[in-house]
Amino acid sequence: MARTHVTTVVNGDETEFLTEDSTSLLNALRDEVGLTGAKEGCGTGDCGACSVMVDDKVTCACLVFAPEVDGSTILTVEGLADSGELHPLQQCFLEGAALQCGICTPGFLISAKALLDRNPDPTETEIRYALAGNLCRCTGYDKIIRAVQEAAREMRGQ
Amino acid sequence: MKYVAPSSVEEATSLLSTSPSAQVFAGATDVVPQLRAGRPAPEVLVDLKKIEELVSVANDGDKWTVGAATPTANLTEDEAFSEEFPGLAEAAGLIGSDQIQNRSSLGGNLCNGSPAADSVPAMVVNGARAVVAGPNGTRVLDVAEVVTGPGQLALEADEFIVEFEIDRIPARTGDAYLRMIPRTEMDIAVVGAGARVTLAEDGSIEQAALALAAVAPTCVRVPDAEAALVGKTANDEILSAVAAAASEACDPIDDKRGTVAYRRQVAGVLAKRAVLIAIERAEQRNGTN
Repeated sequence: MARTHVTTVVNGDETEFLTEDSTSLLNALRDEVGLTGAKEGCGTGDCGACSVMVDDKVTCACLVFAPEVDGSTILTVEGLADSGELHPLQQCFLEGAALQCGICTPGFLISAKALLDRNPDPTETEIRYALAGNLCRCTGYDKIIRAVQEAAREMRGQ
Repeated sequence: MKYVAPSSVEEATSLLSTSPSAQVFAGATDVVPQLRAGRPAPEVLVDLKKIEELVSVANDGDKWTVGAATPTANLTEDEAFSEEFPGLAEAAGLIGSDQIQNRSSLGGNLCNGSPAADSVPAMVVNGARAVVAGPNGTRVLDVAEVVTGPGQLALEADEFIVEFEIDRIPARTGDAYLRMIPRTEMDIAVVGAGARVTLAEDGSIEQAALALAAVAPTCVRVPDAEAALVGKTANDEILSAVAAAASEACDPIDDKRGTVAYRRQVAGVLAKRAVLIAIERAEQRNGTN
């Protein structure tokens, strides 16, 4: 079958790739674009390990068909750092040991960024709800919540 | 599997009429897990999200029109809509995580045909109508008529829902939706209860609607509970009758989420609580909107 040509902006760079129509955005990012930060946990939208932002909305890349994003802007975990400097969320996850095996971390970082973009000063409950679509089997979540709180404080300049 | 994204309703209906194995989708939050679980793939996947009227929330003064593929996040973030229909907004907002909310839609939630769909009882009690497009134009169905059994729809293969119409809420009217799940997020309803109440000027109940999810092959209305409420002021005795009627209306299954007996009992409890919230909201909305 003819492959479909998709033009997107990924992490600020215009990016083109060819894909089968049935391929997920997740697999296109990993296999065609070479960005392996987003991970496949479940493949059914339950675990959030593949979370990316499509046109500023956090979503599970495993539930998106790759041709859908033609003309869209995508942010993956690889686009969080700025000129080699880690994003405050990344720095706080590192310093707060908010990860162990790391498989879920790219998804948590993107979901947390989506939250802080719309709510710079979330309560713990708001953070827990915003991250409910991201599963972590290692940390028990508390360190992740604290890292997001710390990053939010830093980003507010406090 | 070929992906197509028509930009008009006419283009979409013509695609569906000419492709025997075509399937429409909006957020694909149910379609992708079903394909991965082994459901046969359609030859053509028709993405409805690029059709403008399918992704919009509008109020023309008499009614709200919600595009069938509108992400539920857009609905819950619409303050005017959420203020008018807090029950429906809460029900739509309960579907999955933020990641899912940015993709899931009322049209998808309904047409997936799950008995546990959260938004369906909330649409039903608000009298929502589905505008259905097909090769011969459009027809209008009550949302309550769309699903005929688990995964079974009253739509033809070449039809799809364009939008939902919901009349503006009358004065002294409130809606509510409650669901029971074993955790607070990311699960499927064990029982869901949607209620809507309109009060008369003297504070008695003029109209009542109650619908349940996850306790029968489809969403069910509970006419006996509605009849018990109309003309009365809610008290313990009437609310007990509401709960009993709700339990009686159930035809549930036993599964890992709950037994038949548990679902029946919880349906009664949630029905009562949802009615009380709807009454409270109706009392607060004493003037016209």
